[in-house]
Amino acid sequence: MSSLASENRAPGAAAGASGHKLAWHRATEEPAWLRRVLIGVALSFLALFLVLPLTVVIYSAFEQGLKVWYDAIVEPDAAAAIRLTLLVVVIVVPLNLVFGVVAAWAIAKFEFRGKSVLITLIDLPFAISPVVVGLIFVILLGSQGWLGPWLASHEMRIIFAVPGIILVIAFGTLPFVARELIPLMQQQGKEEEESSLTLGANGWQTFWRVTLPNVKWGLIYGVILCNARAMGEFGAVAVVSGRIRGETNTMPLHIEVLYNEYMFTAAFAVSSLLAALAIVTIAVKSFVEWNDERAQGAAGLTGLTRKTP
Amino acid sequence: MAFARRQQSVIPGFGITLGFTVFYLGFLLLIPIAGLLLYTAQMSWDDFWRAVSNRQVVASYKLSFGASFIAALINLVFGAIVAWVLVRYQFTGKRIVDALVDLPFAMPTAVAGIALVTLYAPTGWIGQYLDVFGIRIAYTQLGVVVALTYIGLPFVVRTVQPVLEDLDKEVEEASAIMGANRLTTIRRVILPALLPALLTGFALAFARAVGEYGSVIFISGNLPFRTEITPLLIVAKAEQYDYPGAAAIGTVMLLTAFVLLLIINGLQWWTSRRYR
Repeated sequence: MSSLASENRAPGAAAGASGHKLAWHRATEEPAWLRRVLIGVALSFLALFLVLPLTVVIYSAFEQGLKVWYDAIVEPDAAAAIRLTLLVVVIVVPLNLVFGVVAAWAIAKFEFRGKSVLITLIDLPFAISPVVVGLIFVILLGSQGWLGPWLASHEMRIIFAVPGIILVIAFGTLPFVARELIPLMQQQGKEEEESSLTLGANGWQTFWRVTLPNVKWGLIYGVILCNARAMGEFGAVAVVSGRIRGETNTMPLHIEVLYNEYMFTAAFAVSSLLAALAIVTIAVKSFVEWNDERAQGAAGLTGLTRKTP
Repeated sequence: MAFARRQQSVIPGFGITLGFTVFYLGFLLLIPIAGLLLYTAQMSWDDFWRAVSNRQVVASYKLSFGASFIAALINLVFGAIVAWVLVRYQFTGKRIVDALVDLPFAMPTAVAGIALVTLYAPTGWIGQYLDVFGIRIAYTQLGVVVALTYIGLPFVVRTVQPVLEDLDKEVEEASAIMGANRLTTIRRVILPALLPALLTGFALAFARAVGEYGSVIFISGNLPFRTEITPLLIVAKAEQYDYPGAAAIGTVMLLTAFVLLLIINGLQWWTSRRYR
């Protein structure tokens, strides 16, 4: 009986070992036909919603050959959109990286009142519609907004220009590094840092040699996710960019323009770059999780896998 | 002596890291959000009410909230099945399937949008077969549901999965030993244990769907009164420089987001109390 209820995942082997030929399946498992049906339902659902859209992007991008794909990407407006997107990322990702590390340090290593409020605030950009994020900055900095007249008198243009795009993307991708690091650093506690400091290392040395190596993989995933979401941000940028071709169109906006002009192959060619980035992102995530599991296995720990998206 | 007095840890940097965090959040999040709320507060009640309650806007609320609810329900059912299959069963390629679940979270919404409309258009890979039966997805309200299901897909799976992994198998064994059949065990033991996680995932998927823009606007076709979602109206009004109109609807969306965030925090607190 005990082997019937064991953790062993192979039902046949378990039943065979205990000699219960009558047990078709263990009482804590579903019959084989039901298992097959459930796996079939799950895989069909994922094929329909995940695999097919991805396949259609790649297929449509290369449908007319590599040359057409290449031409669509090096075409001046597309190249300008790619350059602008990269420029935005080069500014936004380091900002939110520093913010994420600093916020995680404050939250994970110290106790203070209002901590849960602070964590909720960091999550706030997840809850707000990207379109509302764009609107918030138009109201604050646009020509008819709070600071519009002052900005105009100083000949500064933020809305319908690159600074506005940077602001809304920084807002939208603010949580990613912090959210990845906070649980990781909380879980690791502060004993190692305390030993390092007691042994005479200063704060910086402790951070670089103790804390950072411990959270390295979480940090890398946070940065890559932040990067992917920054490059793909659409709704907020659509409100503040003004869609000036070759000037304030990021890659997603350029895709929209191409699609609305019925240049489907070109739209999918630019999309294929962003889709490739998304695949790299989820590949890094799996690698990080796999690494975690191995480290935990080696340390004899179970559970505690980080699964939140 | 100094040790005994200092309750605080020896770890340095509390003041500067907390200060920077609050400063960054203040300038990037709080002041701009306050700006929108103040802008709306300046409007007269009548202007505000007219902006948020005209027929076109009300039609968009119905679509946005209704389609988000249906999409979150679809994700609740299928997300639970996917999480169950990924945790409890073994099959080839499981690791890749598990990784793929995060795809909608990493995929830019505009890319998802044009991919979905291409699939479901009457000439598309899926649309052409549905067309035979007279089912139209692209440019209808069904299309909005499809797009919102896509972007909400990871949430239920990823909130249920860790809870299911930590679920004590012994309770299921006890239930089986005491004579419950598998269905009774699932209904009376497993589902109640998963309930907080299921509701959290549902709420996360719903909240994400209500505000979604990029993946919807291509497949919806944006027909006034029929397939216009609320975020689209905000963009349209902002593009026509109708800032008060956009701000009024934006404030409604923002307050909705706050309420949903509170509910989600409550659900997460309930979940963590249940399991730790």
